[in-house]
Amino acid sequence: MAIILTEEQKELKALIREFMENEVIPFAQEYDERGEFPEEILKKAHEMGLGCMNIEEEFGGSGLNNETMAVLIEEMAYGEAGVSTSLTVSGLAYECIRDFGSQEQKKLIGEAIVAGKYISFALTEADSGSNAGAARCGYVADGDEYVINGSKAFITNASYADYHLVFATKDPALGVRGLSAFIVANDTPGVSRGKKENKMGLRLSNTSDLHFDNVRVPKDMLVGKEGLGFKMAMTSLDVGRILIGAAATGIAQRALDESVKYAKQRSPFGQPIATHQAVQFIIADMAIEIEAARLLTKNAAILKDQGMRISKEAAMAKSFASDVAMRATTDAVQILGGYGYSKEYPVEKLMRDAKVYQIFEGTNQIQRMVIAGAVLKE
Amino acid sequence: MKILVCVKQVPDTEEIKIDPVTGSLIREGVPAILNPLDACALEAAVRLKEAYGGTVTVLSMGPPQAKEALKQCVAVGADEAVLITDRAFKDADTLATSYALSMTARQLDAFDLIVCGKHTLDGETGQVGPQIAEHLDWSQVTHVMDMKVEEGKLLAVREMEEGREVVEAMLPCVVSVTKTLYKPRYPTIKSKLAAGKKEILTLSADEIENLDKERIGMAGSRTKVAKSFTAPTGQAGMIIQEETAEASGRKLAQILLEAKLV
Repeated sequence: MAIILTEEQKELKALIREFMENEVIPFAQEYDERGEFPEEILKKAHEMGLGCMNIEEEFGGSGLNNETMAVLIEEMAYGEAGVSTSLTVSGLAYECIRDFGSQEQKKLIGEAIVAGKYISFALTEADSGSNAGAARCGYVADGDEYVINGSKAFITNASYADYHLVFATKDPALGVRGLSAFIVANDTPGVSRGKKENKMGLRLSNTSDLHFDNVRVPKDMLVGKEGLGFKMAMTSLDVGRILIGAAATGIAQRALDESVKYAKQRSPFGQPIATHQAVQFIIADMAIEIEAARLLTKNAAILKDQGMRISKEAAMAKSFASDVAMRATTDAVQILGGYGYSKEYPVEKLMRDAKVYQIFEGTNQIQRMVIAGAVLKE
Repeated sequence: MKILVCVKQVPDTEEIKIDPVTGSLIREGVPAILNPLDACALEAAVRLKEAYGGTVTVLSMGPPQAKEALKQCVAVGADEAVLITDRAFKDADTLATSYALSMTARQLDAFDLIVCGKHTLDGETGQVGPQIAEHLDWSQVTHVMDMKVEEGKLLAVREMEEGREVVEAMLPCVVSVTKTLYKPRYPTIKSKLAAGKKEILTLSADEIENLDKERIGMAGSRTKVAKSFTAPTGQAGMIIQEETAEASGRKLAQILLEAKLV
C-alpha cells in the first residue's frame, strides 16, 4: 500500500488485522454458510471499541476522524465485510444525530453505541429504495407524542438494534420535504421485526424488515426539526458512502492478495501462472484500480474532516470502489479457476460480498446521478 | 497491591534465523514482538489489579526500540512503563539480566509482587524470574497459570506434569507465569491511542542506584554462548488417505505395527 499513514493509523490498522486474523477469518466461512450473525465475535469487537470509532470521547467513544476510520474499515472489510458492516451502521445513524440532534439525543445514542448496542438506520422501504422522498411510512403529531405507522425494508442490524433511527413522512405528497427522523426504542409497543433476508452475500450481517403499528414516540425523540429528514439522511449517507468506499477497497485488496498468493503457487504448465502475462495483466489492473479507489476514498474522507461538502466526492469513492471490488473479486475467482468457484477458497465469498456494495447506500446509478448533478451545477 | 511485570521484546520466532558464521541470531528485518508468555504474565497481573486495586508497572531491559513492547503493555493495562537501556547492559546472560532487573525493581517502588513470563521465545532459559527472586531474597512460585490473593497471601495455581497444584506464598513474591487459563486481552482503540502518547521512563546504568557495573552486561555474565545453530527440522509427515476411513485406519495400524511403535 503506497498511501502514507500516520503512526497511529498504522498501529490501529495492525490491531484490527490481528483481531480479524485471529477472531474472525477462521470462522467466517461457517457463519457465511449458516447466514448467522456472529454475536460473540461482534461482542469482542465492541469491547475493543470497533463499533464506536466515530463517537466523541465525551460519550466514551474513540473520536476518530473519517480519514482514520476509512483506513480501519478497509482493514475490517479485508477480513470480513459483514462484520465491518455490522460495526459501522450504528455510527452511520449517529452521524445524523450528531449533526442535527439535541445533546440528550447524542448522549443517549452515543453512549448506547459505546456500550455495544446497535442502532439501525431505517430509511429504505420496500417500494422506495432509491427515492427516499417516496417513503410511505408516516407519522402524525398527537399531543406530546408522534405516532408512526408503516414499514421499512432491508434494514441492517434491525433484528439486533436497541434503537432505530426511523425516517417517516408527514404526507407522501410533500415528497422529500415531508420526511422527519425519529429515535425509536425497539421495546416501544407496536415495533416489530419482520423476516430476516436470506442474502447472496454479506451473510454475517443482519438485514430485516421493521414494522411500526401505532408506535408512540415522545416529542423529544424527533431529531432536529420536522421536514429535515431528507437533508439529514443525505448528510449521513455522504459519510456512509466514504466508509462504503473504504470497505469495498478492503474487499478488493483481499481479492488481489488471494489472487497473488494463488498465482505464485499454481503451476499447471511447469511454472507458476504468475509468470504468465495474461495473469499479470489482470493483477496489474486490479492493483491500479485498488490504489485509485483507496485514493478517492481518502480524498473524500479528508475533505469531510475539513468540513467541506462532499456529496460528489463521496459518491465517486463509493461507486468507483464498489465497481472495483466487483471486478477484482470476479477476476480473483477467474484466476483461482475451479478453486475460485469452490467454497474451499475465500474468493467466491468475496465476490458475493462485493455485489451489494454496488447496490446499498444508493445504487451506483444513483451515485452517478449525484455526481452528474454536482458536475453540471459547477 | 503494587505489581511489577518484567517483559522482553523478542524476535518473532516464526521469522527467526541464525547467522551460520557468527552463530548469533539475525535480528535485522525480523519483526519484534512482546514475548508471548510475558503477555500472559501481564494479563495475570492486570487481573489481580482489577480484583484488588493497585498498580501494574512494566519493566524491560533492552534497546530503545523495546519501548514499542512497553507501549503494547500500557495499551492492555500497565499503568507505568520503565525501560533500562544502556550499552553497558549489552550481551548480558540471565544472571546479569536478573541482577539489573532486580536492582531496578528495588529502586522503582516497594513492590508486593513481581511477575515474569516463564521463559522467552528467543532464550528459552526460564532462569530470569527465579534469579530475580534470589537476588531480592523473596519467595517464588514458578509455572503459574492463575493466581489470587487471600488474607495477604498469594494463592497460585501451578501447572504440573500431571495435574495442577495450588501453592500459598508470602508476599512479596516472584511469580513466573506459563500459559494462563485465559488469553491476553486485546487493546481497545482508545487504550492503543493513549499508550502511543504514554511517556516511557528510561534509565541508564548510571541512573540505577548502587548498581555494581561488574555484575551487568558481558562483564557480569557467567555463561557464554559457545555455539548456536539451526536445529534440523522434523521430517515431513506422511499422509494416509485410502478409499475409506476404515482402510486408512488399517493402513495406519499396519505402519505403526511394522515400525514397532505399538
